[in-house]
Amino acid sequence: MTTAAEGAIARILKSHEEPILDEWIRDQMTSFRQGGRISERELRTQSTEFLSLLQQAVQSGDVDIQSPTFGRVRDALGDISRSRAMQGYSPSETATFVFSLKRPVFQRLRQELGGDPQAFADASWSATELLDRLGLYTTEIYQRGREEVIARQQQDLLELSTPVVKLWDGVLALPMIGTLDSARTQVVMEALLQRIVETGAEIAIIDITGVPTVDTLTAQHLLKTVTAARLMGADCIISGIRPQIAQTIVHLGVDLADVSTKATLADAFRLALAKTGQSSPTGRARA
Amino acid sequence: MGELLLVTIQVDMHDRLAVQLQDDLTERISETGARGVLIDISSLEIVDSFIGRMIANIAAMSRVLDAQTVVVGMQPAVAITLVELGLTLPGVRTALNVEKGMALLRGAARSAVDRSSEPDIDAASPE
Repeated sequence: MTTAAEGAIARILKSHEEPILDEWIRDQMTSFRQGGRISERELRTQSTEFLSLLQQAVQSGDVDIQSPTFGRVRDALGDISRSRAMQGYSPSETATFVFSLKRPVFQRLRQELGGDPQAFADASWSATELLDRLGLYTTEIYQRGREEVIARQQQDLLELSTPVVKLWDGVLALPMIGTLDSARTQVVMEALLQRIVETGAEIAIIDITGVPTVDTLTAQHLLKTVTAARLMGADCIISGIRPQIAQTIVHLGVDLADVSTKATLADAFRLALAKTGQSSPTGRARA
Repeated sequence: MGELLLVTIQVDMHDRLAVQLQDDLTERISETGARGVLIDISSLEIVDSFIGRMIANIAAMSRVLDAQTVVVGMQPAVAITLVELGLTLPGVRTALNVEKGMALLRGAARSAVDRSSEPDIDAASPE
């Protein structure tokens, strides 16, 4: 039964490629009307390429979209899905690309096989199956594309969130923003220690004004960073501790006795200058 | 041989070498009456808990022999490893490089001089 139905689909796609393509593009344009993010020409290029590849693949009588026959169809569909994921299309908008092909194809099938209900039903079923699989494949690729975007953004965020700046001769500052988890602290710690080696700075100020909450884990991470810096021969000052955070630290029983802490970055900076034996810039302009 | 001893670790430390270093160093400190020991570990890239403890021990022994120990030039990876191992080396002084370590020891020696008002103690040059 399936072979006859597939034969019918292959025949219809081959003989009616032009009208199906036109109707398909018209359908897509109406569904994209409100968005208007894609030009008709671009859509036409994509649709023409996909339909001709699909047509060729179907001629072989194969309907398994994972088979090598469909390799080029999958690639083309993958490219389209990925580019749409990057451009911010919704999943349904992306899947519509394939699903909107159903109406034109069914219409042709009815025209051709209208007289034979049995054959028509079989052919419709095969066509539905084929297009559904392709639609699901689109969604899968779309999802994967989005995940790639998210992973890249996470990486960017991680790197952006750890700037180590040089404040003065021998004084580094590390303004921390956002929650501190283990992965981030690791990156922060490595970045800071690396910069200490590069610049030969004796004092590093860790400013936690932008850290919303401090729990025991965060405090422990901070202490580790401070200790590691001390082992390398640099002193750390923690600044930007807000009143609530000071309360939390004490309530949690975290021992920050060995670490110099200051309320503001300015205070920490003044202490750093005093420790390195340099005059405060507020007192006198430095040559 | 002067006021300060400089130990540069240039090969990967293995356990026996560390023990030998400990012996040699204590010997030399008592021989020379050195007041400061600089341990330069800038070329040390791998540490384990034993070496970490060895460094702490050496520092403690030198202190008993009345010499200040300064560990200089620790690599970031080494520092992170030691912290993760829980070896924070309390009581060991650290500096970024030999120069700064020497300044630290000289400063310590000078303040000791000021207190005991012994003359000419920091005129001696290091090894």
